Amino acid sequence: MASTACFIIVSRNDIPIYEAEVGSAAKREDAAQLHQFILHAALDIVQDLAWTTSAMFLKAIDRFNDLVVSVYVTAGHTRFMLLHDSRNDDGIKSFFQEVHELYIKILLNPLYLPGSRVTSSHFDTKVRALARKYL
Amino acid sequence: MIGVGKIKQYSNILDKPLSKGKQEVSLSAFAFLFSELVQYNQTQVDNIAELERRLEDAGYAVGARVLELLCHRDKGNRRETRLLGILSFVHSTVWKVLFGKVADSLEKGTEHEDEYMISEKELLVNKFISIPKDMGTFNCGAFVAGIVRGVLDGAGFPAVVTAHFVPMEGQQRPRTTILIKFAEEVLRREARLG
Repeated sequence: MASTACFIIVSRNDIPIYEAEVGSAAKREDAAQLHQFILHAALDIVQDLAWTTSAMFLKAIDRFNDLVVSVYVTAGHTRFMLLHDSRNDDGIKSFFQEVHELYIKILLNPLYLPGSRVTSSHFDTKVRALARKYL
Repeated sequence: MIGVGKIKQYSNILDKPLSKGKQEVSLSAFAFLFSELVQYNQTQVDNIAELERRLEDAGYAVGARVLELLCHRDKGNRRETRLLGILSFVHSTVWKVLFGKVADSLEKGTEHEDEYMISEKELLVNKFISIPKDMGTFNCGAFVAGIVRGVLDGAGFPAVVTAHFVPMEGQQRPRTTILIKFAEEVLRREARLG
């Protein structure tokens, strides 16, 4: 089943530190930019919503046509945002939790500057594998 | 090689599980490492304020990581959104993991609304340090102040955090107080959240 999905990690200072198109559908030329635009527009909503609850998984917070934005906020206010068209809430929550563990391992590296881009190719491989598994 | 057992070798840190880790670290090893950190920074700076700032920055990096790790490991993925919540998180959970005990006391400042104090009879990092007279009010607890600032900043509660010596009658060594002064926006948001 083909599905579109765009995953980005945005740091505390609203700078994207990781981006990946993880859907299984064929990628259109302009789709990537549109996805990023939608995700950035949703950042405002996330900011308000993050202070109303102490949970990390914020479920679906915004819609665009038939695409839904789901967000997961970590303790350090790093946001994992997923733009998708499926309705698989549990799968998405598990995906976020696994990526959260990977992110913590990256963060624990003393030579990694928090808020800078994640460049590890191994991290990229693992995120894509997790996306195939859960989404 | 000493100590090589049948440990599974992971090719990359991302594959290793995020374990609870060793609960205890050698105090003398840490004291040596910390003293080297202070001595190294002493050679790089001309004045005390700069030295304090460098120690604080070193602590800030630790604080940012400790916040994420502890919230994931010990708090079951729940974030702190309220002021008192994050303060008690620092006072108990962070202190317990870093120093093996909860902080001695957490007080609210009487003169200003935005000031809070965490006090400790003897900070672990200061245990083997004595300050020469000509360094005045310098406190190596600036490292711990940096850790607290890293935790608060990461959680969205920007604050100015400093470490001070408070002389106590009847005790030879003064008590150390970490003074936390929150930024305006934190108080406004707290008031808004009710």
